[in-house]
Amino acid sequence: MPDAAIPHAGHPSGLTVSAPDHHLAGRSALAHQFDSLEQQREASTLGIWVFLLTEVLFFGGLFVTYLVYRSSYPGAFVAASHELLIWAGGVNTVVLITSSLTMALAVRAAQTGNRRQLVWLLVATMALGTMFLGIKAFEYYTEWVEHHVPGLNYRFEGEYFRTAQIFFSLYFVMTGLHAAHMIVGLGIMAVLLVLSLRGRFTPEYYNPIEAGGLYWHFVDIVWIFLFPLLYLIGRHAH
Amino acid sequence: MTTALVPPRHYLNEKYGIASWLLTRDHKRIALLYLASVTAFFFLGGAFAVLIRLDLATPAGDLVSDDTYNKLFTMHGVIMVWFFLIPVIPSVLGNFLVPLMIGAKDLAFPRLNLASWYIYVLGAMFTTYAVVTGGLDTGWTFYTPFSTVSSTTNVTSAAIGIFITGFSSILTGLNFIVTIHRMRAPGMTWFRMPLFLWSMYATSLIFVLATPVLAITLLLIAAERVFHFGFFDPAVGGDPILFQHLFWFYSHPAVYIMVLPAMGVISELVAAFCRKPVFGYNFVAFASLAIAVLGFLVWGHHMFVAGTSVYAAMIFSMLSFLVAIPSAIKVFNWTATMYKGSIAWETPMLYAIGFIGLFTIGGLTGLILATIGIDVHVTDTYFVIAHFHYIMVGGTIMGYLGGLHFWWPKISGRLYNEFLAKVSAAIIFIGFNLTFFPQFILGYLGMPRRYHAYPPEFQVLNVLSSAGASILGLGYLIPMMYLMWSLRYGPIAHFNPWGAVGLEWTTSSPPPTENFKEIPVVTWDAYDYQAPVESHVA
Amino acid sequence: MGQGGQGGQGGKYGLTDHIVSPRVYFAIYAILLVGTYLTIQIAFFDLGPLNTIAALTIAVLKAVLVVLFFMHVRHSTPLTWAVVAGSVFWLAILLTLTMTDYLTRGWRTYG
Repeated sequence: MPDAAIPHAGHPSGLTVSAPDHHLAGRSALAHQFDSLEQQREASTLGIWVFLLTEVLFFGGLFVTYLVYRSSYPGAFVAASHELLIWAGGVNTVVLITSSLTMALAVRAAQTGNRRQLVWLLVATMALGTMFLGIKAFEYYTEWVEHHVPGLNYRFEGEYFRTAQIFFSLYFVMTGLHAAHMIVGLGIMAVLLVLSLRGRFTPEYYNPIEAGGLYWHFVDIVWIFLFPLLYLIGRHAH
Repeated sequence: MTTALVPPRHYLNEKYGIASWLLTRDHKRIALLYLASVTAFFFLGGAFAVLIRLDLATPAGDLVSDDTYNKLFTMHGVIMVWFFLIPVIPSVLGNFLVPLMIGAKDLAFPRLNLASWYIYVLGAMFTTYAVVTGGLDTGWTFYTPFSTVSSTTNVTSAAIGIFITGFSSILTGLNFIVTIHRMRAPGMTWFRMPLFLWSMYATSLIFVLATPVLAITLLLIAAERVFHFGFFDPAVGGDPILFQHLFWFYSHPAVYIMVLPAMGVISELVAAFCRKPVFGYNFVAFASLAIAVLGFLVWGHHMFVAGTSVYAAMIFSMLSFLVAIPSAIKVFNWTATMYKGSIAWETPMLYAIGFIGLFTIGGLTGLILATIGIDVHVTDTYFVIAHFHYIMVGGTIMGYLGGLHFWWPKISGRLYNEFLAKVSAAIIFIGFNLTFFPQFILGYLGMPRRYHAYPPEFQVLNVLSSAGASILGLGYLIPMMYLMWSLRYGPIAHFNPWGAVGLEWTTSSPPPTENFKEIPVVTWDAYDYQAPVESHVA
Repeated sequence: MGQGGQGGQGGKYGLTDHIVSPRVYFAIYAILLVGTYLTIQIAFFDLGPLNTIAALTIAVLKAVLVVLFFMHVRHSTPLTWAVVAGSVFWLAILLTLTMTDYLTRGWRTYG
């Protein structure tokens, strides 16, 4: 909310401050609408955080749907959740948490100007993200084979036939939307990788790495909630 | 006062050619791109309104079939809400003015701003495709399970189109929030900002918090239609009311997206044309934030008869009474501003007082609707239609026209014809009231909405309403013409033709691409009409 | 190259001022792995309603650690904190007010 401080420092006389020379790889890092790299970084950081806020509300609609139906059909949710591959979900959780570690270290590498480390850590993050998607794809294939895909070939034995469909629908929409975000994340990482290889980032300018990192951690956090909510319902009854 | 001269270099003549417009990063040019698009959709939505009012002139549903009538009111609503009312003031006036009022060279993310326009156009193309290849008949509210199971019209493509356009809103909101937080001119504290910026900030909060929920809801509609998932299908155990909760969680704050920017315009107009600071500046600023926040807590009042629990309905009803308070504070403060003001009755001021009166009527009837006992009788009747048109047309559109006229000299460097403008404002006011006031009576007498066949005793009021609509339509066409005419033949405008206070008035009309020769240091309050205007020139 | 929690040059707003040590990151990583292990193990015991509470509590704690340390919110401006708090709060509005409907539908009404 409102900052108490006078906005950004650096204008003692009210005249426009000409930007210091920030040329990197032949291109200035300072965009024309900003007066300083610091103002640009603050704007970039606030921008990505506001974007993540919109993503919280975006996934939030699915979480409220989950809340409504889990409280309405607890039995069906237990029965359907048991059909999911808990080991796949667990491994994927570890994979994503590890990728968050490599991403945080990548941001640090950018902060400290260590280009080699930055590149390798981005590669590691992408590799882990790809592994996540591979396991997910395998799970989806299994679910298709077992006829748990609503709208395609859905069959479910027992008393919860009707309402288990809602669980599976939620499972596919929630993990599908999450996977779509992962794919976009991989695209973002690829772009960051290319720019890093070109030496675009320095300790004074690494906003895109930071922003990409924040996005990646957010996608990890969504999975941190999806895993117990989808895979671990009433497992003791198994 | 010196003779006005066209500044030699400004944002319109800086570069010529289609590419310089379609690839621009200048917020002012992007505002004009939006102006062209939203105006086109306004007239498309208006065309559907013309057909609706024509059909309703006679009691029998004899102009079009029942199915076609369903499509007419649906598409009128969809186009007007998502392709005109929501973007109009933020993307046209907001884009143009936010950097100027704040003393910045552009928004925080100019390329994102251009992308927002392209996203709007893409979503609009999807929706237009849906409209021309058979239309949509679910009502703009997309209620399930009709929209997901039974409707045979282009629900999926329309939903996708609106989904895409939603991102245009989200990114615009994001851009404004970052700009207002991080790019104010030196010395411009939050409480020295013009109230239009407070309104744009509050609106932007709603953009980023509410629109994502609409996005996921439309995605679920599309998924339900394609994969038959069953979230909202009772046959599978789904709840249609859950759809309504998700839909209205966005759509109620959306109405505040539509009215808050207009309120921001009114604050500027009242201050300028009474030559006084807005009374109770702090209260008006905080009221904008309060409307944005409280607006998220009232969505259930659209669902009083849907089948929700009575206890939830009571909570939503009480919260709905609360949200009227900040709006009322604004109306009181604008009125108090006029007291002992040096009032000039130019066209923008005519639109401003029109807004204040008509928004008050709309708002009071909102309180009537928030009362569950009354709502049970008038919900889904013309009473509701009259209520929201008083706010959206009597409110938002009049605010928009007032702002468009006020800032026209800044945007175009030309003055419009004041006589024609005043005549149009009068025609619009008369036409509007003739169209919509009878609808309050019709609704109270029991005429349901979304029906084109009605008992013959309602015909007189319907004919009055349709007659009013034709007058209103004429009223909207005249400004189109004289504003466009002024671009070529209008007198050249001074940099501050109204003698108003505000950073946008210190730069040339039209402004240079970079907005200011020098970024000013602000040491005065937003409506500092005591000091001579010249002292505010940087 | 910065070590530990040393401040760098630059203004008073946030992130480059604080370069976090890799040790902190690895420590948080270890806690997150432990949390994952715990949440799976607990799921196999019947604790009644506590199962869900435990699972969500662990998830929230993991998310808080990621937000504070991996996303640097611990060293960020009050505005960033406000955005994070706002997102949680608004999600809570959506969840709570919607559930007031579902939780009270079974209640008796008048007459």
